[in-house]
Amino acid sequence: MQALLPVFALWRREMVRFVRQRSRISGAFAQPLVFWLLLGGGLNASFQPAGTAAGTSYVAYFYPGTIALVLLFTAIFSTISTVEDRKAGFLQGVLVAPVPRSSIVLGQAMGGTSLAVIQGMMFLALAPLVGIPLSLASIVSSFLVMCLMALALTSLGLIIAWRMDSTQGFHAIMNLILLPIWFLSGAFFPASGAPAPLRLLMNLDPLTYGMAALRRCLYLSGSGNVGPVPGMASSLLITLIFAAASFAFAVRSASRV
Amino acid sequence: MSSTAQTNPAAASTAAGPAIRVEKLRHLYGSRLALDEVSFDVQRGEIFGLLGPNGGGKTTLFKILSTLLRPTSGTASIFSTPLSDAAGCRKHFGVVFQQPSVDGKLTVRENLLCHGNLYCLGGSELDARVANALQRLSLSDRAGDRVETLSGGLQRRTELAKSLLHRPPLLLLDEPSTGLDPGARRDFLQYLRQLRDQEGVTIVLTTHYMEEAERCDRVAILHQGRLVSVGSPASLKGHVGGDIVVVQSGDPQSLQTKIRQRFNCEAQLIDGSLRIERDRGHELVRDIVESFPTDVTLVTYGKPTLEDVFIHLTGHRFWAEGEAA
Repeated sequence: MQALLPVFALWRREMVRFVRQRSRISGAFAQPLVFWLLLGGGLNASFQPAGTAAGTSYVAYFYPGTIALVLLFTAIFSTISTVEDRKAGFLQGVLVAPVPRSSIVLGQAMGGTSLAVIQGMMFLALAPLVGIPLSLASIVSSFLVMCLMALALTSLGLIIAWRMDSTQGFHAIMNLILLPIWFLSGAFFPASGAPAPLRLLMNLDPLTYGMAALRRCLYLSGSGNVGPVPGMASSLLITLIFAAASFAFAVRSASRV
Repeated sequence: MSSTAQTNPAAASTAAGPAIRVEKLRHLYGSRLALDEVSFDVQRGEIFGLLGPNGGGKTTLFKILSTLLRPTSGTASIFSTPLSDAAGCRKHFGVVFQQPSVDGKLTVRENLLCHGNLYCLGGSELDARVANALQRLSLSDRAGDRVETLSGGLQRRTELAKSLLHRPPLLLLDEPSTGLDPGARRDFLQYLRQLRDQEGVTIVLTTHYMEEAERCDRVAILHQGRLVSVGSPASLKGHVGGDIVVVQSGDPQSLQTKIRQRFNCEAQLIDGSLRIERDRGHELVRDIVESFPTDVTLVTYGKPTLEDVFIHLTGHRFWAEGEAA
């Protein structure tokens, strides 16, 4: 138990900071909300998502994708703050404490994941607006899938953070790696309507499977059409592997420093 | 100030031997040599200063000693624990960084609790230590304030309280008085001295302030990655002959020649000023002013300072790299 104290301390710090920094809420929650309303609303009348049943609105299709965007943005914020903290901030003191790097990364990942999931769950409350009937089972299962997705994305962010010396090149990485992972996950458009090369990339994108699992969980109670996305079992398995592998790699990245 | 529960941290490491031993430490950033075969010992209970201009190598040395950077070659140990055993070394020291490492969004108390948790301290033991640390650094009435709302001096004191929470026998400080006004700087140094006197904590600090280095027991002077000299401020000043006379002139080159011819003494021309090391310097001041009244615009005379030691040993001005003091 004693060994978990540092993990707990780092997690709690993230929670306290989040509550005290209003701007972070607007960054990770309000931005995706605006995207959803503007893009979803704007494209709604013009596009019928390919491969979905007639009557599936684009705004409903884009809704689970926006949840994934909330998770991604929170992970990006954790990444940036880790880089800054490490060079000239709080993490300097953590690095010279006798704490194993794995505990540091665990504390950070737990913190980032919690924040992402809290905001994801806030977004989930909007589901009835797009006609997604929430049941206890769909809420609980969506929550669990969000946890895995958030852990995977936060860990991915930490891999980058522990390998970067400044936030200077971060925009490039965000635009070339993190956002494409989201674009290609089926969050924004379905694979069924995409050209073959793009579809191949979408099948290779690990987030595609988290996205599929999340869609299936949201529509657990039957109504609505999730479209031809990967099945539940394989989606969960691949998302679990994505999260575990990213986390392990993040620990490795942190241990080099 | 005194506390009954306080144990002497230095007593925790009972084995003899120096607090720090550095042997032939070298470090390269790519192909740039930042540290070149540096060796020295820091004795237990010493206040030891690493003095040098920026780029001299002291920050690299600080990073290596605080286990944040692995040296290219050479070894160092902290209380006989080799630096290669980073986790072992980290238990022995507390670190105060140049950049704040407290979280501004957290209160003073929250910062200390968080830091205690990192050292696996918790419960009533940690509460007692935090209360004690707050009291010792006169932070008790600000304990509930967010660190970002505190003055620079109070923030630095919070850093110090944090770094001492696990009662390390060694404190490493990187430019601890940067950004502090002179009053806060004096208080801070005074507190470090007290810590050493009362609890035997060994203190190693990097600095580019001469007056800070003057107050160390011993000083290591680093220049261009090399250890130029180590010793007490008094013994270092002993290297410099006699007094220091500095003469400014509209035409320093010609005055340099004149002084050489007339007084048979060598004046170094450094940054437009002539600098002479000499016994009975006051007589030289009189002679120079009387002999060349029109050449001299300003003369200063004094006992050698550590800056003079630096110039004497390196032939460079301390701030030669174009930095402002």
